[in-house]
Amino acid sequence: MNTAQETKPVNLLSRLIDTGAHQKLLAFASLVALLIGFSIASPNFMQTSNMIAILQATSVNGVLAVAVTLVIITGGIDLSVGTLMTFCAVIAGVVLTYAGMPLLLGVLAAIAAGAFCGLCSGTFVAKMKIPPFIATLGMMLILKGLSLVISGTRPIYFNDTPGFDLISRGSLIGEIFPALPVPNGVLILFIVALSVAYILGRTVLGRYTFALGSNEEAVRLSGVNTDAWKMGIYALAGGICGIAGILIASRLNSAQPALGLGYELEAIAAVVIGGTSLSGGRGTILGTLIGALIMAVLTNGLRVLSVAQEWQTVVTGAIIILAVYADMVRRKQAG
Amino acid sequence: MTSLVKMTGIEKRFPGVHALKNVQFELEPGEVHALMGENGAGKSTLMKILAGIYQRDGGELLVDGKSVSLDSPRDAQDQGIGIIHQELSLMNDLTVAQNIFIGREPRKSFGRLDEAALNASATEIFASMNLSLDPKANVGGLTIAKQQMVEIAKALSYRSRVLIMDEPTAALNDAEIAELFVIINRLKSEGVGIVYISHKMDELKRIADRVTVMRDGEYVATVGAVDTPISKIIAMMVGREVHEEPLDVPDLADAEISLQVSDLNRGREIRDVSFSVRKGEILGFAGLMGAGRTEVARAIFGADPKDTGVIQVHGREVAISRPSDAVRAGIGYLSEDRKHFGLATGMNVRDNIALASMDRFTGWGGVLDDDKMRKTARDYIRKLGIRTPSDTQEVRLLSGGNQQKAVIAKWLLRDCDILIFDEPTRGIDVGAKSEIYKLLEKLAAEGKTIIVISSELPEIMRLSHRIAVMCEGRLTGILPGGKDTTQEMIMELATHREAAMQPDGGMA
Repeated sequence: MNTAQETKPVNLLSRLIDTGAHQKLLAFASLVALLIGFSIASPNFMQTSNMIAILQATSVNGVLAVAVTLVIITGGIDLSVGTLMTFCAVIAGVVLTYAGMPLLLGVLAAIAAGAFCGLCSGTFVAKMKIPPFIATLGMMLILKGLSLVISGTRPIYFNDTPGFDLISRGSLIGEIFPALPVPNGVLILFIVALSVAYILGRTVLGRYTFALGSNEEAVRLSGVNTDAWKMGIYALAGGICGIAGILIASRLNSAQPALGLGYELEAIAAVVIGGTSLSGGRGTILGTLIGALIMAVLTNGLRVLSVAQEWQTVVTGAIIILAVYADMVRRKQAG
Repeated sequence: MTSLVKMTGIEKRFPGVHALKNVQFELEPGEVHALMGENGAGKSTLMKILAGIYQRDGGELLVDGKSVSLDSPRDAQDQGIGIIHQELSLMNDLTVAQNIFIGREPRKSFGRLDEAALNASATEIFASMNLSLDPKANVGGLTIAKQQMVEIAKALSYRSRVLIMDEPTAALNDAEIAELFVIINRLKSEGVGIVYISHKMDELKRIADRVTVMRDGEYVATVGAVDTPISKIIAMMVGREVHEEPLDVPDLADAEISLQVSDLNRGREIRDVSFSVRKGEILGFAGLMGAGRTEVARAIFGADPKDTGVIQVHGREVAISRPSDAVRAGIGYLSEDRKHFGLATGMNVRDNIALASMDRFTGWGGVLDDDKMRKTARDYIRKLGIRTPSDTQEVRLLSGGNQQKAVIAKWLLRDCDILIFDEPTRGIDVGAKSEIYKLLEKLAAEGKTIIVISSELPEIMRLSHRIAVMCEGRLTGILPGGKDTTQEMIMELATHREAAMQPDGGMA
């Protein structure tokens, strides 16, 4: 039954192919190939300003993708991350612009709102046993509607909150190393990604995230309160969406209530390209980051080459299918 | 002396089913107490109540003479009650150590895990079990037997005083079973009470002190294991005596060779396997787990690729590269794992029987002819004696034996006259087993060609007209069926490290 691995010829290449790192390696290689390809095709591509633009574009999608990675590893899916991000931005707008509260309070309110909404999704999934796809689809629409209701369908600007736009657009790193004007948004993405990677790898919450996706019933029978942990994971993902909400609001210096739909699919695409299994139990934050970068490089590169927006979407779709197919082929070979 | 566990008057109802009726059970420290009964007798339900997975609707549960309520698996663990489930319940993507300590990870501050302590504790448990296993290995990559050992290590890690083992040997070979028994004996001497659920009668004699038999959710009796004949225990289980008719090996020297396999090879799993089967013959495949029997069947059926090999059906060579090729040639394969590969469990009996032959019931534009399907399905239900309230019953609600019959019906309808059965009675209870045996014999008598792969030697010897034995991917010998062949002769071939016979009818 499990003798398949033993019979494989033992050479370096096949061992490399057999390791779980392969998909990540493949994704990373694709990323490098894309970078090289685009810089040959256009001299404008490999410029610092363009690289920074790519990183900036990655930041929001990257944070959302990290959030959705958590949920996907449990074997679930979260379709509400895009509109939740917007909802959190609107909440920040209400607290800062409408109520005139201090900056920190607005940020905390956005994150708390995100965590609360995540907890709601988690409750629907864990306690009410609604399939994650349906529960978060409902949540996606509820939040889209609520964002419009609360804001009166108009954007909320943050002109009265000095410093708000610097959250995403300023550059702490640039102040220390002027040659590297990496925007704060990117810095925040990396901090979020590192923290979540640590949680996944080193904490009980992370252990249960993988365990739930691997065999939920077995975890329950081991005496673990699976429902509570699952709700916790959805809440954590929600809180991270709150951070994404702050990032996008800061970048646009406004909360745009109509924005948000479609972000969830981009985030899921990044996760999948990064090699996280949609059936749960397996996945890495590094993979997700690479996936998000691939998406951003692709969009940016095609734009630099003046490919029409319509075609960019087509290419992105094709890339997703290719990435998942490559993963399937690998798994079949690994037997 | 107070009993370790005493359950009296236990009642349990599920919607529409009275699963346990006034059941009693008692366990002493240092005792191996076998719990026997056919599938559906209520053994697992009773033990799930003891393990805190189900809650009892009535009756009394004493641990150490004190009444306890076990509302969750946690409660039971706190009372020192551990369970090893029948279906392995491990997390394949986690490591061995992570699996063992799931829910009780050694922690540092802020919920951080102490991975080093985790692996060290796992190593300690393996040492006490005399087992060499890497705590950092991924469970998904281990053999079923090793996974079973992980389950046992997990139960031991709770320092359980009561250990419930639900069919622990279902996936183990003889050597591994012997190891398991060593561990069980050591636990016994330490005063652990062990509840042992198994269908294998010979194990009972080897390991159990007492036997409690259940039937249809009711307590039948508790008897001593050593002084009670197996036939009596079986009679208590099924409520009647089961008579085994002696095997009658027909003379098939003149029968047509319906399947000839020559020079089948794939890597190290299948090495130079050649054999032939005649019309009306039952060829048994014996061997230890991992000997390559299933691999041979799957290669013949086209479910896995093969490196070399010629397959002739009724004297004509057929190219089989995928299962549909095999089915077209009239070969049907009944997987050992019915739920995963044999049945669409959510669909009804009728649809399952028709599943492989839909083209016969498809009219213009792909519309299904329901009348014809119903008629055909009812035909097979009658012919094979499938016990089901109607042809629209979902197959998951049928017993294991009847599910197996539904799969057989599916392949018969597809006109398969060469049927390969992989562990045809796994998970099927004693009474239904002999029905399956009779059905296989009837099919052979009707001129079908039957190949049976089984890890249970009594089953192989009960059925086979000839017995092919495999070891490490090689066919080490073919023995005649009947009473002249002993278990020892089969085991000798099954542990033969070099090929003992020349492939007959090779590529010469």
